[in-house]
Amino acid sequence: MVETLQNLMFGFGLALSPSVLMYAFVGCLVGTLVGVLPGVGPLAGISLLLPVTFGLDPTSAIVLLGGIYYGAMYGGSTTSILMRIPGEAASVMTCIDGYEMTLKGRAGPALAIAAVGSFVAGTLSIVALMFLAPPLAEFALRFGPPEMFALLVLGLLVLAYMSSGSMAKSLTMAALGLLLGMVGIDTMSAFFRFHYGVVELGDGIGVVPVAVGLFGISEILLSAGQDNKAVIRTPRLRELLPNRTEWRQSAAPIGRGTVLGFLIGIIPGPGHVISSFVSYSVERRLSKHPERFGHGAIEGVAGPESANNSATTGAFVPMLALGLPSGAVPAIMLAALMIHGIAPGPMLIHEHPELFWGVIASMYVGNVVLLILNLPFVGLFVNVLRIPYGYLYPAILVFATIGVYSVNNSVVDVWIMAGAGLAGYVLRKLNFDLAPIILGLVLAPMLELSFRQSLAMSAGDYTIFATRPITAVMLLVALTLLLVGMRPNLTRMLKWWVPGRLEPAASGERKKNP
Amino acid sequence: MRALTVDRAAGILFAAFSVLVFWESRKIPFGTMAEPGPGALPVLLSLILLACSVAVFRGGRVGERLADVRWTEWRHAVAILGTCSFMALALERLGYRLTILIALLVLVSIVERKGWLAGVVFATSFSLGTHYLFNTVLRVHLPQGPFGI
Repeated sequence: MVETLQNLMFGFGLALSPSVLMYAFVGCLVGTLVGVLPGVGPLAGISLLLPVTFGLDPTSAIVLLGGIYYGAMYGGSTTSILMRIPGEAASVMTCIDGYEMTLKGRAGPALAIAAVGSFVAGTLSIVALMFLAPPLAEFALRFGPPEMFALLVLGLLVLAYMSSGSMAKSLTMAALGLLLGMVGIDTMSAFFRFHYGVVELGDGIGVVPVAVGLFGISEILLSAGQDNKAVIRTPRLRELLPNRTEWRQSAAPIGRGTVLGFLIGIIPGPGHVISSFVSYSVERRLSKHPERFGHGAIEGVAGPESANNSATTGAFVPMLALGLPSGAVPAIMLAALMIHGIAPGPMLIHEHPELFWGVIASMYVGNVVLLILNLPFVGLFVNVLRIPYGYLYPAILVFATIGVYSVNNSVVDVWIMAGAGLAGYVLRKLNFDLAPIILGLVLAPMLELSFRQSLAMSAGDYTIFATRPITAVMLLVALTLLLVGMRPNLTRMLKWWVPGRLEPAASGERKKNP
Repeated sequence: MRALTVDRAAGILFAAFSVLVFWESRKIPFGTMAEPGPGALPVLLSLILLACSVAVFRGGRVGERLADVRWTEWRHAVAILGTCSFMALALERLGYRLTILIALLVLVSIVERKGWLAGVVFATSFSLGTHYLFNTVLRVHLPQGPFGI
């Protein structure tokens, strides 16, 4: 403990040096600006600025890229809240209640809570990272393909179980998302599936075009032409911040989101996406008034934003301690380190303590810088909504198109965005929840790969899913959730197969046949 | 005949989609149960989707009727989707600036009826401004049209 604190002081000495502090500030500023642009997320921002880091020392390079990452995550939540356009998959859940708060004139508190929740979660998870990195990394190593498969199945079923509508409808959406994820080249056999002659579909259907289309474009399709769209007046300063009730309502979700996000983020995979979905579902289940969710519940912003920021820090655990990137963004950061001749892994802490502790300390600094930068901008962002909607939505459409096109420089993604927009418009009219589609799409490749790898490990023996303890427990929980959630449907089915035996007619009346 | 509810209509739609996916998946090698091929999970997922669609259909006996769903904004929706399609078709043919200028002009002047002057000013400044911001400052490649426009 004493040694850790001494090392941390050493790290702060580096992180608070003028040059490193400047890179943290620049990274956070650029990241926020990039993240605010609809459709342009942290991956695009980091990829664009990676070449800029070539001339920097390793610590400054990682501090700059880290600042861009946190900044872009926060910027992505800004467009989710103000325009219902998620910057990336992890911001999808923030769209739901964040945008509803905007429609009720509470955009300022939503943005402020997102900033504060991200700061608290980021700070607490950095403390956890400091002390727990090596043992947690060891635990993460125990996650093989069977555990990963079970975790992903459990994640999908938790989301479906905790959704407000029927579980059958949520599972339908999740299955649809998983099927969309099957498009493209199969990683194990290189077989090209469902491409219909379109070469660009080789890498599959991208998450960004689908997310922007399903949420952002569908919102434009539903809202455009409405003359009575809410007029946003100039907010007073006290209206930009949450009131006492909102602070009180947000405290526990921020705490729970922090813990959930960090633990899920450690596990290699799309932890920040899963954590935001799980956090939202948990908050809705625990709430005394779950009917508020989907209609501007501040817990629906506080929890997911804290979870995804905490997961961001958690993702650094396998990256720094084991050299295992848990997603695309840590992979690029890993590439940045390797370009500078640093090999992340178990020996990093011993061979390059200045890098490890400098990065940890800069995370603290970056979180403070983000809070200082973004709280004053809340008023500015809210004022964007005062632009007449007849001009605003065409601008949003253009930004979305740029963001989507820039991912792969492909117009196929623009077509996918338009198609997803149409699908989202129709599905929202039919009262379907869109979030499970995104989760299914994100998880599909990993789900399939881990399933087939598991069977390869066991030479085709399915008992591998029952004999490994962590896998068996997670699948059992998943099965329980499925049976409990589908109970009404199963009961109905049993009545259909065994008519008249399960439930005696009430008051002498006979039920008509369906 | 009882009026079709929203859930029943959705159940039918997704069931049809799942059958389509199942049919298309026959072209992909299934492998074996012990060694699933690239076609295994699409088949499994299409069956899961079919089962969920049946559950949604069965649960949709009562609920909002499909005929009661209002599509009042369909004209704007068609115009916006048409504009998106135009952008997809024209982006790499006419270039970014010209495509966005035309798209914004259509949306602002024609669809939103803000007037031609306002539309031209907005479309021109926005298309040139965003091109500068993304292409020059942020180094995001945006397609050029004929004659370097």
